[in-house]
Amino acid sequence: MRRAVTLLFALFLLAGLLTAASAQTIHVGSKNFTESVILGDIASQLIRDAGFQVDHRKGFGTRFLWNGLEQGDIDLYPEYTGTLTHEILSQQKIQTDDELRAALRERGLRMTKPLGFNNTYALAMRERRASELGVKTISDLRAHPDLAFGFSNEFMDRADGWPALKQRYNLPQTNVNGLEHDLAYRGLEGGSIDLADVYATDAEIEYYHLHVLEDDLGHFPEYKAVFLYREELRQSAPAVVERLDRLAGAISDDAMRSMNAQAKIEQIPDGQVASEFIRREFNLDTQTAQRTLWERFVYNTMRHLYLVGVSMAGAILIAIPLGVAAAKSRGFGQAILGVVSVIQTIPSLAIFVFMIPLLGIGAKPAIAALFFYSLLPIVRNTYAGLCGIPVSIRESAEAMGLPAFARLRLIELPLAFRSILAGVKTSVVINIGTATLGALIGAGGYGQPILTGIRLDNMGLIMEGAVPAAIMALAAQGLFELIERWLIPHALRS
Amino acid sequence: MFDLRHVWKRYETADALRDVNLSIPEGETTILIGPSGCGKSTLLRLLIGLIEPSEGEVIFEGERLQPGALIEMRRRMGYVIQDGGLFPHLTARENATLMAHYLGWSGDRVNDRLHELAELTHFPASGLDRHPAHLSGGQQQRVSLMRALMLDPRVLLMDEPLGALDPMIRAELQEELRDIFRTLKKTVVMVTHDLAEAAFFGHSIVLMRQGGVLQQGSLHELFHNPADEFVNRFIKAQRSHLDALKEDSP
Ligand SMILES: Nc1ncnc2c1ncn2[C@@H]1O[C@H](COP(=O)(O)OP(=O)(O)OP(=O)(O)O)[C@@H](O)[C@H]1O
Ligand SMILES: [Mg+2]
Repeated sequence: MRRAVTLLFALFLLAGLLTAASAQTIHVGSKNFTESVILGDIASQLIRDAGFQVDHRKGFGTRFLWNGLEQGDIDLYPEYTGTLTHEILSQQKIQTDDELRAALRERGLRMTKPLGFNNTYALAMRERRASELGVKTISDLRAHPDLAFGFSNEFMDRADGWPALKQRYNLPQTNVNGLEHDLAYRGLEGGSIDLADVYATDAEIEYYHLHVLEDDLGHFPEYKAVFLYREELRQSAPAVVERLDRLAGAISDDAMRSMNAQAKIEQIPDGQVASEFIRREFNLDTQTAQRTLWERFVYNTMRHLYLVGVSMAGAILIAIPLGVAAAKSRGFGQAILGVVSVIQTIPSLAIFVFMIPLLGIGAKPAIAALFFYSLLPIVRNTYAGLCGIPVSIRESAEAMGLPAFARLRLIELPLAFRSILAGVKTSVVINIGTATLGALIGAGGYGQPILTGIRLDNMGLIMEGAVPAAIMALAAQGLFELIERWLIPHALRS
Repeated sequence: MFDLRHVWKRYETADALRDVNLSIPEGETTILIGPSGCGKSTLLRLLIGLIEPSEGEVIFEGERLQPGALIEMRRRMGYVIQDGGLFPHLTARENATLMAHYLGWSGDRVNDRLHELAELTHFPASGLDRHPAHLSGGQQQRVSLMRALMLDPRVLLMDEPLGALDPMIRAELQEELRDIFRTLKKTVVMVTHDLAEAAFFGHSIVLMRQGGVLQQGSLHELFHNPADEFVNRFIKAQRSHLDALKEDSP
């Protein structure tokens, strides 16, 4: 019995360690939208071409990436100057690029020269309607007070959004409504609105044949794309910096827009869009062999097993003693069960995010979050298993003259084993499902294809993560039923 | 063997034992008897230290029962309860030999002792490798007895060991048990609420009521010199049983 528990534990740990990635690599990050991922892919391929190992983690929110970069979990990622000055460093009221560079340098960070395009807010109309009305610039809108505007809610609210724009250009329109960004394109297409806010490089601009109005008074802040990287790369990997510098001025608004369209609308994989750009622009062949479905499956499975294995090994190691302590001491027991239950009530996504300030991004915080999330079922079942042992049996062991620890080892834990095993089983199944969220903080695993699939609206990719995750959970369940059958004497099964 | 001095056991709801003074002689079978809830089990659990007295002291072989010494002292006692208290995950053999293995006895020594006890308790060898769930009630009690006797304890404490058995098996086991006690010449403290059984086993009968000891003595003494009206009524109420046993009575 004890050997079985040890075996189980070792199994988890082994699964975890075997699948741990080991090589020293450059960590590239990108955000949770297509343009950022393509830029990340371009950088990754150029750096790989210079002879480095690259780990490109996709799908982060801005905050995560910034923190990851500051803490060194990420070496570089694409960012926009407007995001830096207006969001991340907004406290510092930065006016010029030089001030921005200085602020970054204080934090041990650098930024490249602008890549070329400016992904700022912009106003767009259907090309036909714009030419009918003779509208080319935002100022031209003053002559058409009856136009219907549909703006994203964010744009309606932002300080530099609609209220400021209206004032700056002295716009007379009153038919202005807030709506979802995606609906805005359909609204333009169907004619229910005449004008909407867009990002200057949105793929849909080409697709829906939209005209982007010139910001002739220069109202919108610049969202020039740059790469941010850690200062020490200049010494430790100057070739990486050199490759990034090559991208300065290399990507025009049109080029970026058309790459976005290829990825989002034509559903060409991001990596391929990136390598085609590199071939056109630099005459380099970075086309890596597309990983096959099977290779991706194996890779994601290993990553997923790693997250689940290490976090479960830790959870078993801690939760069983906690459950024992809870069963042995009433007051302490209530406290332990209370704390562990409260952890379980925190939404799993929030636990993942809470771990970032402590452990950065990647596998470590994900494992910690999964560990905390796996405790309750094991603690509770250990506690219940021990408390469910009839008094007569507990006292018989005591009356024999067995010391407390021997009673636990020889009598109580074996009798609670079935319940503990059920707790571990529940934990593993929850863990496998929850681990898919790990991809949100850069841990990889089955969540990665799901996340990419959501971004690209590609059901095939979503299935590539969802189906194996479900199968792994079922397999774990089956495995535990086998263990149960194998380890629990027939006489003890009810 | 045991001496109880001014022992009280108080629970929040009521007192289970009130000022009990009792001496349990060595080499004899002492029977604790009395109506349900009078504190018989509580007294037995005090003797083996499963509970501590709220007041007073329990002396075992001249030594006071206290936490530090308890584990060692319990190994000089055997304890058998009504439903056997066998460990369901262990076979009959493992149940009986658990403690001997724990104390590091050699395999041969354990085996010899086990077969000696199986013979003594008439436990079939074929049942040794079965789990308790696959043994009859009588067989379970035999295993429980083997387990209690494994380390050859100085005293055997039994709480209604035959209480859960049907009458046929019960009668059979009563005889066997008495033979075993005679063979081993052990000190035995046994709880029962059946006066016939008390008469059958007991050298000395302790009659209890509401947490107190009313009278200690042979059945003869209790019958002819009852300490109070309750003793008188308790004995007379079960008289029909006694008549049947007249020849056996002292
Ligand atoms: N843990 C406990 N908490 C509170 N009261 C208890 C506890 N254990 C026993 N008692 C009470 O103490 C009294 C004596 O109980 P005890 O089990 O010793 O009776 P008994 O003589 O063995 O009865 P029976 O013949 O029914 O087994 C009872 O009133 C019982 O309710
Ligand atoms: Mg009782």
